[in-house]
Amino acid sequence: MTDKLTRRQVAWRLAQDIQDGMYVNLGIGMPELVANYIPGDREIVFHSENGILGMGPEPRDNEADYDLINAGKKPVTMLPGGSFFHHADSFGMVRGGHIDICVLGAFQVSSAGDLANWSTGGGGVPAVGGAMDLAVGARRVFVMTDHNTKTGEAKLVRECSYPLTGLGVVSTVYTDLAVVDVTDRGLTVREKVDGLSFDELQSRTDAELLGRETCGVLNSPEVG
Amino acid sequence: MIDKTVASLHEAVSVVRDGDCVLISGFGESGNPTELVHALIDHGARDLTVVNNNAGNGNVGLAALLESGNVARIVCSFPRSTASHVFDEMYKAGRLELEVVPQGTLAERIRAAGAGIGGFYSRTTIGTPLAEGKQRRVYNGEEFVLEDPLHADVALIKAELADRWGNLTYRLAARNFGPIMCTAATTTIVQARKIVPLGDIPPEAVVTPGIFVDRVVEVPNPVSEREMIENGVHYLGGRKP
Repeated sequence: MTDKLTRRQVAWRLAQDIQDGMYVNLGIGMPELVANYIPGDREIVFHSENGILGMGPEPRDNEADYDLINAGKKPVTMLPGGSFFHHADSFGMVRGGHIDICVLGAFQVSSAGDLANWSTGGGGVPAVGGAMDLAVGARRVFVMTDHNTKTGEAKLVRECSYPLTGLGVVSTVYTDLAVVDVTDRGLTVREKVDGLSFDELQSRTDAELLGRETCGVLNSPEVG
Repeated sequence: MIDKTVASLHEAVSVVRDGDCVLISGFGESGNPTELVHALIDHGARDLTVVNNNAGNGNVGLAALLESGNVARIVCSFPRSTASHVFDEMYKAGRLELEVVPQGTLAERIRAAGAGIGGFYSRTTIGTPLAEGKQRRVYNGEEFVLEDPLHADVALIKAELADRWGNLTYRLAARNFGPIMCTAATTTIVQARKIVPLGDIPPEAVVTPGIFVDRVVEVPNPVSEREMIENGVHYLGGRKP
């Protein structure tokens, strides 16, 4: 049995693909972990869609200020050089292609890079937030997700069965088993965890996977 | 002489009428004009449409306004939260109409209304159920959908500093929807933590110029909805529990 990566290891691996000087939006939840693993020699400006550039780490408990929160409504801090702006400017940055990378979670990603991450189509209260704007607007959309659902279903699928967030928007998917690029030909495995055969990876994936001959090893250190 | 200051919250919201569309600033628990919203509950205007990013938390502020039964329709991007039980129950019971709008589209619709723009085309929602029924155009080989401006009768805004001309600043990221909502309503009503003499806010520090503001009321120690929720506060207005 192959060792899957932990969520923190997936975050570490994704963080290595964020280049010095980039403007980055991290989605709510799992993607927020990425901020912890940016290599120390890279200067990254984090955007939060409620109107912040230059967001820093969580404050210490007694320093939390609830007028300084991120999109997940958690208290954050500001780095020197940071700025505040209103919502229309914030989403102008998003739709206008000024955000280099956005990291989002997913229910499903299709062979064509379609993303479904806001609704499972059933009942309940619909809620979309900024996901659709980020999906179409960011120059590159990185998806961070488990490779399979808790019940073992594939999340990389030929066609999304859930309502879409965006059409053909995903660039790369980082899972606990593989790094998969969305290319013109389909989903191409760039790396997979050691000891997992290509056939095993394919068997856990609904979409057809390319890159059998070229994919490398997905390495991520033990990170806390 | 221009003096947009008013003496009381009651007077500030007296302009609101039955059937009005009301923009309410804030994102999560930051930038919410809670005192103005409570004054609106007391004022009692009914059949309102409210616009906010969220749909209220606990039983205070926007959630209390929904609970008062005075809101017929809400326009927002993300109604769900851990403490959105008032909204959740009313929506499931069919007592509240909901329009879900992507957050950036919501912001731009408000901005467009304030800037005299008769709609705009956006790529957001292309390929999704939220694009159904919308007019489309192709520009530079990409598909866009038409979005309408979102005008309102009233905006309720929380600011940090204000002067008698209505110039405003905002505290930290509490700015969020405030500056655009100020522009998009027939009557913009602001609660500010402090009203300062004209000239005390340096011109380069003014975030919302007073031209967009109609009424300003000072609320020196604004409540924290977060603390009220933690303390189990239930705002009932004039109603009996």
